[in-house]
Amino acid sequence: MPIKKLLQALILPALLFCCFSSFAQNKTITGKITDTQGVGLSNATVSLKNSTIGTTTATDGTFSLSVPADATTLVISSVGFAPQEIDITSITNIAVTLSTNTATMDEVVVVAYGTRRKGDLTGAVTSITPDDFQKGQIASSEQLLVGKVAGLQITNGGGSAGGGSKIRIRGGASLNASNDPLIVVDGVPVESNGISGSGNLLSTINPNDIESMSVLKDASATALYGSRASNGVIIITTKKGSRGKVKFNFNTQFSMGEVPEFVDVLTGDEIRQLINEDAAATGNNTYKNLLGTANTNWQEAIYQKAYGTDNNISASGSIGMVPFRASVGYSDQDGVLKTNNFKRTTGALNLNPKFFNDHLSVNVALKLSQTRHRWANEGAVGNAVTFDPTKPIYESNKYGGYYEWLQTGSNNLPIDLSNRNPLALLELRDNTSRVNRFIGNVQLDYKLHFFPDLHVLLNVGVDDANGKGDDKIDSVAATNYRTRGRFSHYAQVKENTLVDVSLFYDKNLPTLNSKIDFLVGHSYQEFVTKVYNYAQYGRDRLVIPTSIPNFAWDKPEYRLESYFGRANINIDQKYLLTATLRRDASSKFSPENRVGYFPSLAFAWRLKEELFKTSRAVTDLKLRLGWGVTGQQDGIGYYSYLPRYTLSSPAAQYQFGNNFYNFIRPEGYDPSIKWETTTTQNIGLDFAFIQNRISGAVDVYQKKTEDLLSEVPVAPGANFVNKIVTNVGNIENKGIEISLNTVPVRNENFNWELGFNFTYNETEITNLLKNEDPDFRGIPVSGISGGTGNTIGIFAIGYAPYTFDVFKQVYDPATGRPIEGLYEDINRDGQIDEADRYFYKKPAPDFLLGASTQINYKDFSLGAAGHGMFGNYQYNNYFSNNGVIRAVKNPINFIGNASRNYLESGMENNQYLTDYYIENASFFRIDNINLGYNVGKIFRDAASMRITASVQNVAVFTKYKGLDPEISSDQGIDNNIYPRPRTYAIGFNLDF
Amino acid sequence: MKSRTIKHLFIIGIAVISLASCAKRLDLYPVNDLTPATAFSTPEGYRGVLAKIYGGLSSTGNQGPAGASDIQGLDEGSQSPFIRGFFNHQELPTDEAVVSWNDQTIQNFHNFRWTSSDPFILGMYARPIYNITVINEYLREAADAKLAERGITGSDATAIKTSVAEVRFLRAFNYWVMMDLFGKSTFITEENLIGTELPGQIERAELFNYIEQELKAIETELAAPRSSEYGRVDQGSAWALLARIYLNAGVYTGTPKYTEAITYAKKVIDAGYTLSANYEELFMADNHKHSNEIIFPITNDGLRTQSFGNTTFFIHAASGDDHGEYGVVGGGGWSGYRATSALGLKFEDRTGATDKRALFTTSKFGTSDAQMQIPDVTVFANGLHVRKYRNIRSDGGPVSDVNREFSDIDFPVFRLPEMYLIYAEAVLRGGSGGDAGLALEYMNRIRFRAYGNSYGPGDVGRLTSGDLNLQLVLDERARELYWEGHRRTDLVRYDQLTTSTYLWPWKGGVSSGTAVDPKYKLYPIPSANLSANPNLTQNQGY
Repeated sequence: MPIKKLLQALILPALLFCCFSSFAQNKTITGKITDTQGVGLSNATVSLKNSTIGTTTATDGTFSLSVPADATTLVISSVGFAPQEIDITSITNIAVTLSTNTATMDEVVVVAYGTRRKGDLTGAVTSITPDDFQKGQIASSEQLLVGKVAGLQITNGGGSAGGGSKIRIRGGASLNASNDPLIVVDGVPVESNGISGSGNLLSTINPNDIESMSVLKDASATALYGSRASNGVIIITTKKGSRGKVKFNFNTQFSMGEVPEFVDVLTGDEIRQLINEDAAATGNNTYKNLLGTANTNWQEAIYQKAYGTDNNISASGSIGMVPFRASVGYSDQDGVLKTNNFKRTTGALNLNPKFFNDHLSVNVALKLSQTRHRWANEGAVGNAVTFDPTKPIYESNKYGGYYEWLQTGSNNLPIDLSNRNPLALLELRDNTSRVNRFIGNVQLDYKLHFFPDLHVLLNVGVDDANGKGDDKIDSVAATNYRTRGRFSHYAQVKENTLVDVSLFYDKNLPTLNSKIDFLVGHSYQEFVTKVYNYAQYGRDRLVIPTSIPNFAWDKPEYRLESYFGRANINIDQKYLLTATLRRDASSKFSPENRVGYFPSLAFAWRLKEELFKTSRAVTDLKLRLGWGVTGQQDGIGYYSYLPRYTLSSPAAQYQFGNNFYNFIRPEGYDPSIKWETTTTQNIGLDFAFIQNRISGAVDVYQKKTEDLLSEVPVAPGANFVNKIVTNVGNIENKGIEISLNTVPVRNENFNWELGFNFTYNETEITNLLKNEDPDFRGIPVSGISGGTGNTIGIFAIGYAPYTFDVFKQVYDPATGRPIEGLYEDINRDGQIDEADRYFYKKPAPDFLLGASTQINYKDFSLGAAGHGMFGNYQYNNYFSNNGVIRAVKNPINFIGNASRNYLESGMENNQYLTDYYIENASFFRIDNINLGYNVGKIFRDAASMRITASVQNVAVFTKYKGLDPEISSDQGIDNNIYPRPRTYAIGFNLDF
Repeated sequence: MKSRTIKHLFIIGIAVISLASCAKRLDLYPVNDLTPATAFSTPEGYRGVLAKIYGGLSSTGNQGPAGASDIQGLDEGSQSPFIRGFFNHQELPTDEAVVSWNDQTIQNFHNFRWTSSDPFILGMYARPIYNITVINEYLREAADAKLAERGITGSDATAIKTSVAEVRFLRAFNYWVMMDLFGKSTFITEENLIGTELPGQIERAELFNYIEQELKAIETELAAPRSSEYGRVDQGSAWALLARIYLNAGVYTGTPKYTEAITYAKKVIDAGYTLSANYEELFMADNHKHSNEIIFPITNDGLRTQSFGNTTFFIHAASGDDHGEYGVVGGGGWSGYRATSALGLKFEDRTGATDKRALFTTSKFGTSDAQMQIPDVTVFANGLHVRKYRNIRSDGGPVSDVNREFSDIDFPVFRLPEMYLIYAEAVLRGGSGGDAGLALEYMNRIRFRAYGNSYGPGDVGRLTSGDLNLQLVLDERARELYWEGHRRTDLVRYDQLTTSTYLWPWKGGVSSGTAVDPKYKLYPIPSANLSANPNLTQNQGY
């Protein structure tokens, strides 16, 4: 269906395209565009004024353009620079220097449903272009923004090739609904919930195709996206074709990654010594008899050097009257964990022709990608640090020749609760997936012939993803010895469709020295998921009975229908006013609660124009005030307002007589569930001094979320569930963001830029109850590994989400060691019990810091970027699980390995809930250092080349004792993270 | 001209697309799930919900062994199941059980240190009330008017009406659990609709009256004892529960009802139940063959009723490396639960050679005095290892689960010997209508079977009228019914749970045992429930 709609939308421009041709007498203009330092500007636009003729410059800033003989004026423009007009009546070779003086204000920024001059922005929007992206081997688009935007936190889940990231804009505004921002690609809000077989749907978009990413932070910027905008919006815009001769770019990159550091565990010799001493002391030889003679480094056994390549070729220019850009990319990346691999093939095509004397602009954007994963069994990471180092990797047995712990006696079966050979976990499992994704849309902008101030805009888009995979566990694997291996298959399809129709009216009112524009529109979106269920197979392809699904497939879907409007008023270039309103109706809620209204208002005052018009020091100064209401409905069930009954699986039946009957169970529901709503206030100041040598912005914000979609305890007997996601509670975020870009040195040969961004954010739960209860402590959250059902965090009123809820450790004053099992009697009632747990620290950072610098000297460039978090604490679950002697002398009669932390703490048994394991995880990471050299013209001037080299994940500065202080879980639980590799890359970029 | 045509086409196109989208409906329904109307449209639908009501006692959710849990936010395997939760609450704070694990607050049970924020107690409060909530829904949907409206008539309608009496029994049973463990309870009937109001609370004595009335009201509507298909409750179950609540009426209401206890115990005894010949077969994989003795079982099946919290829990939690003797291969032993020496000392012969109920010896662990000691509760090897439940068939046939991980053993809620013991105790406590001679005979029937259908060498097992006293009945209950979920209730009735009258190893967290606060005779109302429902009030002392 969506494809059909798209084709229909495509036919129209295709037909039109056939009707055009052009012929005239021409002359050729050549030249070079440079910045004020004389460095050639690549990708600058050179176009003939009032025409459709144009081109872009090569890497070194040169261009060549064929224009009609009678042409008079060229317009030269480039993102970040002031445009210039050049008279070419009598010359054919030009040299133009573009200055950045006031340029940033003229820069065009992509905003909700349109674009805007940066100088006219009224909301908190940060736009990042390729120059500022993170450099090096970047597998997934969101990684381009790491540390680059104040208020934006991006944390990847670890080093997995093709893995995903946690993205938070101004902290999370929700507890149980999603905290992920809305992602919009070329005007299509895309699927962010992921799909089976993909670790990260953003990795399906080729970073090389991205022209800009706009991060919309406050409600006045996001409110036009209404009910999906509470967590901010990231708008990704891909590169478009430009008019002129077809030009090609080829870039290729080779990389090699390795694990920078292993987890500190005991060696085989140390284990032997420890156990022998213990046996001598206790006279119990149980464990001594289990010792092996090897000294295996299991971590060395499971990790590898990870090689990768990334190749992209693109062509852009125009064919006839149709500007286009086409690109193909292929990337193949190994993970540092053996067997892990990620491959991506992408194709993108953008067409942006104009018709009827530019009355109709057409923008067609098609992106096709295929990603293939081989997933490593990440259980190997944890097993490698806990597996007995006195044992060899291989041994002659029926489990593929990998050493395994076997039960005593002659049955030769693995011990069920022991750990497993880490290398076998990897090599005896083949888990592959394939995800195809197509994002395509057609945007028409039709300026009415009889009323050119009025535009009719149409945007039809689809986002289709199709994921499937096979997970094969070898028949000799000890993990699945009971079924002798396991084969499972899965498949999922997501089809999202969008149809937006809107009217845009744009008018200059010269008499009032004002400009106004209005937008009204209607949007309809459909989100359809198809899940296919399959049984799993074991020995000799025999079906595993409990895996037989009740239903072969399921098709959850939801729909969203919206009306939206926006008005912009610009008075005298001094006062800017923006008002928006969106009305959303969602199928996730009952008809009574379905509709929500999301307004916003913003005002900006250009102080520069008012107060510093003649000042040379003040390049720009603008004050912004914004207020808005947004909603949130992602992350909750599609049918949670409906009473429903579900059928149980084959292993959940009850016996009556000799027959078994499946259960039919009533499900909990909340008939009155609705959006959560966030009200945001924002005050911002944009500034630029001394000809942009110092520029930046300061924003202060407050977000108050009401009717939180929280999972709260239900009064027993009031519903069919004892916990339900319902609208209760409030959360508040407050913060300050500062971004500062400086140019300490700027001269002909040498340019040095230095940028910082800084964020302070504070999140507090202000209510969680429908009924007052003075004794309410909170809702336990953050399940940990170890024991059953232990939780380490809490949602408590007056505290940040996931605040740790722990016992206060008592230490031996002589040795400084924790006294095992001894905690402070917080409530002084003479006994240590649950009531003595206290709230201590939180996982979310107080401060974020991003820093980057770039030095250009002649044809060389040197850059570095880093980011840090401060005030974030983590629960070291690896230490609490493995920093005990019990981890070595496992009670189930096998030997394991312990963290070296055991030597410090001396813990005998696991003490999971002590604050001893809550550690300060503040850190600063140098993300990359990169070096570039412009070789210049090669192949007899047919091409120009640039060479780059980079190191990623250069260093981490932290006091945290675990392997890596940066983890992506909101809960702040660190447990056997897939290590982030240090990656060395070398790249070549060719323009021809 | 061409451009004008295209322009018009274009505008029409926009209009069509926007109209098409406006016409779309936002009322969407799931594909596979049922609505209340479709779920109850057929007799099979009713039976599916009935299966859920019974299954709420054996399974934890809609997926076996775990997943789609009925109770959210708690550990599905250990905190939301009925049998495992009931066992933890009834046995762990007694001489019959200790656990080696460190799972959250599990050690607090034996140590008598639990609080109102305990997740296990939260789960135990949630489970019976959940079952009752589903029962009430069933009762609403099984009303005569609804059946008529749906065109369900004849034998289908009759079967559903019988099932109404069964689910009312199950509601009374779930409320009994609440009354026994928590005293007062959240109180809901079919009159309380979903999501409209906060449930009220009922005091313990009133709840006693409600349970009594309900059981008497359905007495005649239930099938005659042993006349319905296996697994379904009948009059025998209702009488047995009445006998049990009457025996404990003094605890529940302050007014003893021993006479009624005698009446109803006798009703069950005279209903045709008989003792099976072999005690240990009552707890084996094919114990469904013993419906002559087991009055109401919660059925389990290793393939079709999988859970980590039904009898599967017993065979894993009680075993370690010796799990083969429990019929366990898959999943292995969990090295968790044992009994204290106090239970062992109730048996003159702990090896099981004479009193066959002493099911304690395994290939790994013995029953010597030294072996029974518990220097460290968290060391599984310490203590008396109970091998009562075994997923092995007495006929040597294969169990349902080829991996031998999940249990086929049905959990006996009521067995005939309990009725004998109730009769004897009620007679000793002065109930009228009973007979001391008959009481002695009943006791001896239990002993006779226990000693291998003899009284053992020199008739050591036989009791004489001089032997019979209340303490002996209590000890006999321990020997006969240990690990079946009776011990805490019994110790409360004898006022030995919290007092210093009777101490056992690690009672109150002290190696030699200590008296504890009498508030621990009842469990606290979970604090999360007090927050969610201001109609609930806390038990004294918490």
